[in-house]
Amino acid sequence: MKRFCLLTAAFCVVLVATLAVAAAAAPQGELEIFSWWAGDEGPALEALIALYEAKYPEVTVINATVTGGAGVHAKAVLKTRMLGGDPPDSFQVHAGQELIGTWVVAQRMEDLTWLFQEEGWFEVFPEDLLALISTDEGIWSVPVNIHRSNVMYYIPENLKKWGVEPPKTWDEFLAIAPSLQEQGVIPLSLGENWTAIHLWESVALSYLGPDKYDDLWEGKLSWTSPEVVGVWELFGRILEYTNPDAPSLSWQQATDMVVAGQAAFNIMGDWASGYMSVTLGVKPEEGYGWAPSPGTEGVFMALSDSFGLPVGCPNRENTIAWLKTIGSKEGQDTFNPLKGSISPRIDSDLSKYDVYLQSAARDYQSNRIVGSLAHGTVANERFMNDFATVMDIFLANKDPQAAAYAAQAVAIQSGLVK
Amino acid sequence: MHTRREHLAAIVTILPSIILLGIFVYGFIANSIYMSTTDWGQTAAMSLDPQIESVGLDNYRDLFTGFLNVRFRQDLVNMFFFTLLFVGLSLLVGLVLATIIDQLFWGETFFRTVFLYPMSLSMVVTGTIWRWILQPRGGINVLPTLIGLPPGKFLWLSSRDQRLVFDWSHLLHYACWVLLVVLAISAYSQWRQGKKGRLAWHLVICGVLAGLIASRVLTRLRLLPYPEMHGFNDALWGVVIAAVWQMSGYTMALYLAGLRTIPRELREAARVDGGSELQIYRYVDLPLLKPITASAIVILGHIALKIFDLIFAISSPDHYPTSMPAVTMFLKAFRGNELAVGSAIGVILFFIVSLLIVPYLIVSFRREE
Repeated sequence: MKRFCLLTAAFCVVLVATLAVAAAAAPQGELEIFSWWAGDEGPALEALIALYEAKYPEVTVINATVTGGAGVHAKAVLKTRMLGGDPPDSFQVHAGQELIGTWVVAQRMEDLTWLFQEEGWFEVFPEDLLALISTDEGIWSVPVNIHRSNVMYYIPENLKKWGVEPPKTWDEFLAIAPSLQEQGVIPLSLGENWTAIHLWESVALSYLGPDKYDDLWEGKLSWTSPEVVGVWELFGRILEYTNPDAPSLSWQQATDMVVAGQAAFNIMGDWASGYMSVTLGVKPEEGYGWAPSPGTEGVFMALSDSFGLPVGCPNRENTIAWLKTIGSKEGQDTFNPLKGSISPRIDSDLSKYDVYLQSAARDYQSNRIVGSLAHGTVANERFMNDFATVMDIFLANKDPQAAAYAAQAVAIQSGLVK
Repeated sequence: MHTRREHLAAIVTILPSIILLGIFVYGFIANSIYMSTTDWGQTAAMSLDPQIESVGLDNYRDLFTGFLNVRFRQDLVNMFFFTLLFVGLSLLVGLVLATIIDQLFWGETFFRTVFLYPMSLSMVVTGTIWRWILQPRGGINVLPTLIGLPPGKFLWLSSRDQRLVFDWSHLLHYACWVLLVVLAISAYSQWRQGKKGRLAWHLVICGVLAGLIASRVLTRLRLLPYPEMHGFNDALWGVVIAAVWQMSGYTMALYLAGLRTIPRELREAARVDGGSELQIYRYVDLPLLKPITASAIVILGHIALKIFDLIFAISSPDHYPTSMPAVTMFLKAFRGNELAVGSAIGVILFFIVSLLIVPYLIVSFRREE
């Protein structure tokens, strides 16, 4: 009898082990991918999912998108699901502090260092980027794309007509802005609140330089220091040359103003390139020009969408296979040309990308990389939410000192400054 | 006579909805009130078992006096003005439309449908349409150019100009003034109706309030250590127009139904007494429409106080001049992870809406009895 039991037990062990090996070899079942990629960005995600399904035909992918509000709605739905103990297999999240400050500190993500080692990703992702998406305890997500935040757009033909050159520094901008205004042109177009934060981070980077900019996010530089007050002062002077109806414009409408010749420059993330070349049909280089935002030459301000491995996700093996797919060269070069972004890998095949993206990729591979505030790379969600308050108060009263104090208070409350 | 069996059947039928309401409405209200007294929203807010500690009423105190919650206070001021304008204008426009349509000899059904139709749209659709119409570079502002005039310059939704600016730290002082004016009006109507007893009470309270204001105690009792200015934002006009456009058809339908229930005999009797049409309208029709106005105020009022979707669609979420408490509640809880503060804003909204609805419910209960 005893022997029989042992035999049965041994058989069970072997069976389970075989099943486990089989499961590891060929993932099957379901994989739920949660994101806010629909509309213009939908095809890029669908291409990535098609690639995954071709590799793992046994897995049924559930594409769970929640659209609208640039991810605000998706994040709200995700939070209720996670709090209810029902995590999706993997979810889209801005790499960096937006992930770390919300999910990693709450111990809801698995460390992916082993996966990075196994796949040899330490060699292909730049060190600056890895630093932005890791903590001392581990690496938390696989970046699938890179967007550049500090890009200035203009129409070369219009600039020639108005007799100005793209400014290399903000001082140059402030020098040419009055002449543009006299010609009835708005020197810099701006949209709603978050585009002002987007402009602010570029101004801060140029005024502080990359080292002090990084210090700000590591809590080494006080928000009330004269340098940061100086950023707000410069920002206030730049705002004088923006359109007064900014709060009711989306970023696309602000870009439209440049294309329509109503405004000279616009500072936006490089999704504006895709918008102009695909949606508006303006050709890069011939139709529209770009340059790093004034004073940020040689620095690449990055933001990245990424996917991680939530603790307790229902189909762990399938998720790991998903992460391997999106981190692979093939996966990234499938996704990014369609999304209008570049691959975070430095070995990506540039022939698949358009003129703008090739130039962005060259900068990405050679420049210093810092993280974006407006898009969740360097600050946690609580800071970002309250910083929008600080920004809107500043847009109303233009008081640099008050903004600096308010930002310091937000930094303390949100744990950015210890 | 009800048999026991019938009683049992009644209880069994109603039980599921009582249980569901108990859990999903009253249970959740209780839970929100509890959450609002905690500090949920610190670093690891999203863990499966978050560390939550009780902080009493700190969240509330912080919302009304905290340095960084200036946005919430402006939201309250916005909500106050929006509710006043939206309810007032919807009633006025609805009444005017109903009166005109009531006089029509033809096309009544047609116009009623035309004016009622906007109500069938969702607030998000209304918001999106009006966002386009009120674009400073297009829509309404370029209309004057069609007849050769210069384009309009008013920044419908993006203006940052404020009127009726007041210092929040003197809130009690202003609240006292508002109460005084309301009571004085009420006292006047008591006097007209000849209710001596109530009039005396009103006058006593008015006297106390006037004394309080005159003594300047309230201006010395500052809520904040520094002046903080709030006021009516010009940008709200765009939101008010969109909301009135959507809901005035509804008040029109209410008033039209009300006008139809007024017995013909009353008007004829007034005519026999030599009343002009205007007098009949003023002294017969309008007084009989009062109950309609009361229920319209409650229905429109709670829509205005809780407004969220319209704001989200017509403006951007972080544009303060048009922000409302419900928007800030959503952003605080689900974008900033400060779930306790979000709950506190929710509870405050709940109490403000109750102030409007509970008296109405009490009055209708009494009437039924």
